[in-house]
Amino acid sequence: MSEQNAGVKRVKAKTTRRPSSAPEPVRLDIDGVLADRDTSILVCCGSGGVGKTTTAAALALRAAEQGRTVCVLTIDPARRLAQALGLVELDNTPRAVRGFDASAGGSLDAMMLDMKSTFDEVIEAHASPEKAAEILSNPFYVALSSSFAGTQEYMAMEKLGQLHAHGAWDLIVVDTPPSRSALDFLDAPERLSALLDGRFIKLLLAPTKGPARLLTTGFGLVTSTLNKVLGSQVLTDMQTFVAAFDTLFGGFRERAKQTFSVLQDEQTAFFVIATAEPAALREASYFVERLAADDMPLAGVVINRVHDSRLIPITVPQAESAAARLSTGTTLERGVGELLEVHAERLTVADKENRLRERFSAAHRDVPVAAIPALAGDVHDIEGLREIGESLAH
Amino acid sequence: MKTSTALHIVSGKGGTGKTSVAGALAMSLAKAGSKVLLCEVEGRQGFAQLFETEPLPYEERLMARSEDGGEVYVLAIDPEAALLEYLQMYYRLGRVGRLLDKFGIIDFATTIAPGVRDVLLTGKVYEAARRRVGGARSDFVYDAVVVDAPPTGRIGRFLGVNDDVAGLAKVGPIKSQSESIMTMMRAPQTSVHLVTILEEMPVQETLDGIRELEGDGIKVGSVIVNMVRPPLLSAETMAAMESGDLDEAAVSAVLDSVSLPAGAASGLLEGGRAHIERQELQNEQHNVLESSGARLLTLPRIAGGVDVAALGELAPFLKELA
Repeated sequence: MSEQNAGVKRVKAKTTRRPSSAPEPVRLDIDGVLADRDTSILVCCGSGGVGKTTTAAALALRAAEQGRTVCVLTIDPARRLAQALGLVELDNTPRAVRGFDASAGGSLDAMMLDMKSTFDEVIEAHASPEKAAEILSNPFYVALSSSFAGTQEYMAMEKLGQLHAHGAWDLIVVDTPPSRSALDFLDAPERLSALLDGRFIKLLLAPTKGPARLLTTGFGLVTSTLNKVLGSQVLTDMQTFVAAFDTLFGGFRERAKQTFSVLQDEQTAFFVIATAEPAALREASYFVERLAADDMPLAGVVINRVHDSRLIPITVPQAESAAARLSTGTTLERGVGELLEVHAERLTVADKENRLRERFSAAHRDVPVAAIPALAGDVHDIEGLREIGESLAH
Repeated sequence: MKTSTALHIVSGKGGTGKTSVAGALAMSLAKAGSKVLLCEVEGRQGFAQLFETEPLPYEERLMARSEDGGEVYVLAIDPEAALLEYLQMYYRLGRVGRLLDKFGIIDFATTIAPGVRDVLLTGKVYEAARRRVGGARSDFVYDAVVVDAPPTGRIGRFLGVNDDVAGLAKVGPIKSQSESIMTMMRAPQTSVHLVTILEEMPVQETLDGIRELEGDGIKVGSVIVNMVRPPLLSAETMAAMESGDLDEAAVSAVLDSVSLPAGAASGLLEGGRAHIERQELQNEQHNVLESSGARLLTLPRIAGGVDVAALGELAPFLKELA
């Protein structure tokens, strides 16, 4: 079996293929995924602005209302969505969401990730109080924990690991950070551990001892260059930081590796979120391929904000020519002409989206797809999330 | 003519189309006769996709020319190449440059060391915006530099990173270099544009962005409102729908009179109501932006996404910035 097939093998068993070989995409059976008690982690990923957070919240709500004990970890929810989930402060603690239907015996907690305090907590939990204090005040740590591009992804992974280990929930739904690329979520932990294995770091830690001496002739030149360019105090801060951090990092790396392997496990299901636009679908393609290459279980692709033609049997040219004729008529005739223009605009968008979706499904034949129709307004309450869950499942 | 180089930094929430807007702005400046450098800094090859070419190397490449002699060059800034170039330019470190690479320092500096990546990216922008044709008093090479910058959530850190570094490095050339970059970011010929769409979250993020940047002493030039849907229903039609004069029976009758299926009436009315709801939400968000006092520029929605042809369509809407 090729790697490509391995990535979607579990999904195939859960979805029913249509008997015909028509290019119809495989339907994503959302309720099947949510009902599977062996699935304990859902990860929603995709490029920025495609509705990851809303989709994650809708999936979590639907699972909870079907009886699962759910925690949804959001990264950066819109204000009103956060309010709907009862998330009024960024305090890194899961809190019960009110207003959902608990009649199936489920529960729903939500939390918002605070990357800096997650990082601080890790330091405090694994270092002696003196060492922790030293690290927390080092300028390199402050920069790393608040602005390193990748820390957010790493901390999301760390938090996921903590929630999973906690054991209070049988399903954790994770929203991924708004990265420049959807792949950052998978790559960030690797990048952070690369920091610790780098030769440079090892040299910073032991620049003048024993067998490393040969190297250090070159290294002396390097440090003097760095001193010249950065100023000596930066290098000292850097050395202090690395020395203080070194003992901690083994644990970091170990946990990142563990979380990564949990993501490869059968208990995880990835949802790739996109919109029916070229850039978002291109990102979705990269992600689908990457998940397959890393042997991570893809449940399917969710295409958000899809326009349908509403089954109105009037084509764009018909609508446009009738609208032109009606534009000189009575108030009511002009009104119908305008309604036909609204229909023509929507149909034009729907046609373009359909072509893009067909192209995507042709390139990823085995990947199940679900579409969420474009809503006129923003989603900002439980009822809205419930509707999204409904349309995902049907 | 090129006595100073205008610097345009384009940011915006993911999904609002900032890369397309940066491209359209460069085209608009070139149409006015300017020689423009369009930079990308996130390694996404967004411009290669936008201009439908192969991935761009670390090299200023002519991408478009206008009838009035304006030109658009495109550069994908790569932090590693920028670091080696910087060391070579300022310290003539041929051999040490290679040593740095061997010790993994280039990798460390560009991927992991806090802020260094952003310093290198903004540093390269600084270099391009200050580059002259010849000696110290000669003309600048570019009339304008347009940067497709990181998204709103990171823009404050990206532009302010030199402040942080200037704070980290207490002495030395990096400190004075970062200080010059920060001076340029706050200079009158620099403007930051935030791209948004008329939805709640991007608008909120835009307002937060304006506040954050202004707190850092960086002025926001304009808010570019992208993908705006034009209203298709007149006030008269909306009133007729509201009053019930334009109900299903009335619509059916008119459809019948132009030989279209009368059964489409309820679907058309439903589509009309959704259109009104979207327009109201757009207006609501537009008012929120307006009340912030920011200068607003509006770009229409291009059905099916922006390609090279659409850039030319959008460019006239940004003429004001040229």
